[in-house]
Amino acid sequence: MLCQLEGSQAIARAIALCRPKVVCAYPITPQTHIVEGLGELVRSGELSECEFINVESEMAALSVAIGSEAAGVRSYTATSSQGLLYMMEAVYNASGMELPIVMTLGNRTIGAPINIWNDHSDAMSARDAGWMMFFAETNQEALDLHIQAFKIAEKTKNPVMICVDGFILTHAYERVDIPSQEEVDKFLPFYSPEVCLDIEEPLAMGAMVSPDYFMEVRYIAHIKQMKAIETIGSISEEFFQKFKRKSGGFLREYEIDGAETVIVSMGSVAGTIKEVIDELNANGEKIGLLSLICYRPFPADILNKALKNAKKIIVVEKAFAIGIGGFLSREIELAIKDKEIVSVIAGIGGRNITRSMLKECFLQKNNNQSTKFLGLNEGIIEAQ
Amino acid sequence: MSSLTLGNRIKSENVTIQASRLRPNTISSGHRACQGCGEALAARCAIDAAYEAANGKIILVNATGCLEVFSCATPENAWKIPWIHSLFGNAPAVASGVAAALSNQKRNDIRIIAQGGDGSTYDIGMGCLSGMFERNDDVLYICYDNQAYMNTGVQRSGATLPFTRTATTLPNSKYMGNDPQTGKNVPQIAMAHGIPYVATASIGHIHDLEQKIAKAVQINGARYVHIHVPCPLGWGFEPSKTVKIAKLAIKCGLFPLFEAENGKVTKSTPIDEVIAVDDYLKAQRRFAHLFSKSASPDPLSFLQKIADKNIEKYGLKKGISNE
Ligand SMILES: Cc1ncc(C[n+]2csc(CCOP(=O)(O)OP(=O)(O)O)c2C)c(N)n1
Ligand code: SF4
Ligand SMILES: [Mg+2]
Repeated sequence: MLCQLEGSQAIARAIALCRPKVVCAYPITPQTHIVEGLGELVRSGELSECEFINVESEMAALSVAIGSEAAGVRSYTATSSQGLLYMMEAVYNASGMELPIVMTLGNRTIGAPINIWNDHSDAMSARDAGWMMFFAETNQEALDLHIQAFKIAEKTKNPVMICVDGFILTHAYERVDIPSQEEVDKFLPFYSPEVCLDIEEPLAMGAMVSPDYFMEVRYIAHIKQMKAIETIGSISEEFFQKFKRKSGGFLREYEIDGAETVIVSMGSVAGTIKEVIDELNANGEKIGLLSLICYRPFPADILNKALKNAKKIIVVEKAFAIGIGGFLSREIELAIKDKEIVSVIAGIGGRNITRSMLKECFLQKNNNQSTKFLGLNEGIIEAQ
Repeated sequence: MSSLTLGNRIKSENVTIQASRLRPNTISSGHRACQGCGEALAARCAIDAAYEAANGKIILVNATGCLEVFSCATPENAWKIPWIHSLFGNAPAVASGVAAALSNQKRNDIRIIAQGGDGSTYDIGMGCLSGMFERNDDVLYICYDNQAYMNTGVQRSGATLPFTRTATTLPNSKYMGNDPQTGKNVPQIAMAHGIPYVATASIGHIHDLEQKIAKAVQINGARYVHIHVPCPLGWGFEPSKTVKIAKLAIKCGLFPLFEAENGKVTKSTPIDEVIAVDDYLKAQRRFAHLFSKSASPDPLSFLQKIADKNIEKYGLKKGISNE
């Protein structure tokens, strides 16, 4: 069914179609509308047989999901920014315990100074936490990724985080195709875990592990995620077969054939980049785009193949590590050696990424710096 | 009048679950607690009693701390019931999640118990605990109060008594141990939430402990039972004296035994013969500095006042009811 919907409402509808049994979250901008939307769907009865719990913090929100998932039911939470940091101890705990929780992250920067606008700093703070992480390019993809997320999580016994650009997607009205309950039920089976907290078959979860076993536990977690690449591929293919829409998977290519310069980005900024590419290529440039959807596990081999003909790679990234630089560009370097890679730090704390900025940046030839900050106001810096 | 209950005939209902041949043994022997650990003893009594009362349908959520570490470490597990440990500060919320899942599955017959030490209860887990209380989630929370962070080497917590010597409250020129102006009262804080049931219990009175747990586990909504559990290692006494120390704490009034329903004290356990706090404190090395030749008498009278207040507030003098 086609609807004109706010991104958050689309996500709420997608979650409801996945029939979670426990939904639990704590409000933070820009995630709020998702949870409010779900509360409304529970109230109206559209999402039935679901416990909707208002908690006192993000730490509690994810902890409730840990408890309910451990007790064997499909569980969901959502947060942003400071909220993700506040629950971080539980973020690692959920993946360490192999609990297939699904969480939406409405991407927002991290303070201080406090700022509610979009970038990917929050997601990057959890990039090593053992969760699988996907970035949505559009609201349609956000909706579709959530439906795939439960299937990926439950199949691989690993939590999944769906990153959705705060405001740019969460608060934007776009036309989305909402599948029917029947279609989703056919794609996403009823959840029944192999083991859970069960009085018939008592087991202990989360026990202390000594140095004799711990390294193996972590090694297995790593191998498991690397192997999940296959599962992610087949689930996005199955999604395509059932819903006739290409969503999810690893990356999306745009004008890649014959491209000399390849832009790499994650999330909604791909939209603006594509417009710039259209304009520049019409004037004879050869620029393409790889929009990375699956960030964890990091699909290095797939990226390597997609980038092998590129002469130059420009990574437009919405977060960076103070004292080092861009995260994504460093990781692209792991996927492909001996190429010119330029890191363009953009959109930090909600700074607009305009077409003219991108155009100038894509056309710049002799780069004497490998890291650029897009749209940096030199005047402000000099005045300090 | 007859002496039947005094030994001529012992009826099964007069025997504690622990003394019974059929005790459930929810936590088996062989775990790694120190000799004479009050927390281990209390957990066995409490969870066995809960198991009996709930027909074996119990799920346990454990906060990080001594109990978690000594009872379950790969590949060994002392629990014979489903058990989960997540973090130090989130056990009440994890338990809320388990409760939500079970309520969703219409399995309200399965009872959920969250448990942790005083550190996780008073300090790091206070937010999650208060949230669980305030939502009146169907969880029984048991606090094993040994009045310090034992698992990390006996540091002070919000439950540490005034003037106690711990690794982080060493007696010095400014304070004779833990600052007397600090600390809080979690049973009272639990009551302030108006939850259906709050009780204090002690391994110095196992019968009472078992009865309170059996009652608590069957009530719906949020419940809190606070158990006083002496720790031979952290308090400095012989492992054989654990129960004796617990009894002294009750007798001097420093650990009042009572029950409260919906925020009001409904019952307290009178003390047969009240003793001075000195008799309790002297028996433990954590208070030894208060009895040195040069020590001022003020700390002892301060602690005595706390005990006196408890005795008055909860009506612990024999024959004087609190109502
Ligand atoms: C977030 C976090 N901070 C600190 C610790 C370290 N830690 C583990 S157990 C513990 C003390 C436990 O004290 P308490 O809750 O009183 O239990 P006890 O060991 O005394 O039974 C501490 C500080 C931790 N595991 N997690
Ligand atoms: S340190 Fe104390 S609480 Fe911990 S196991 Fe030993 S006796 Fe028990
Ligand atoms: Mg303690």
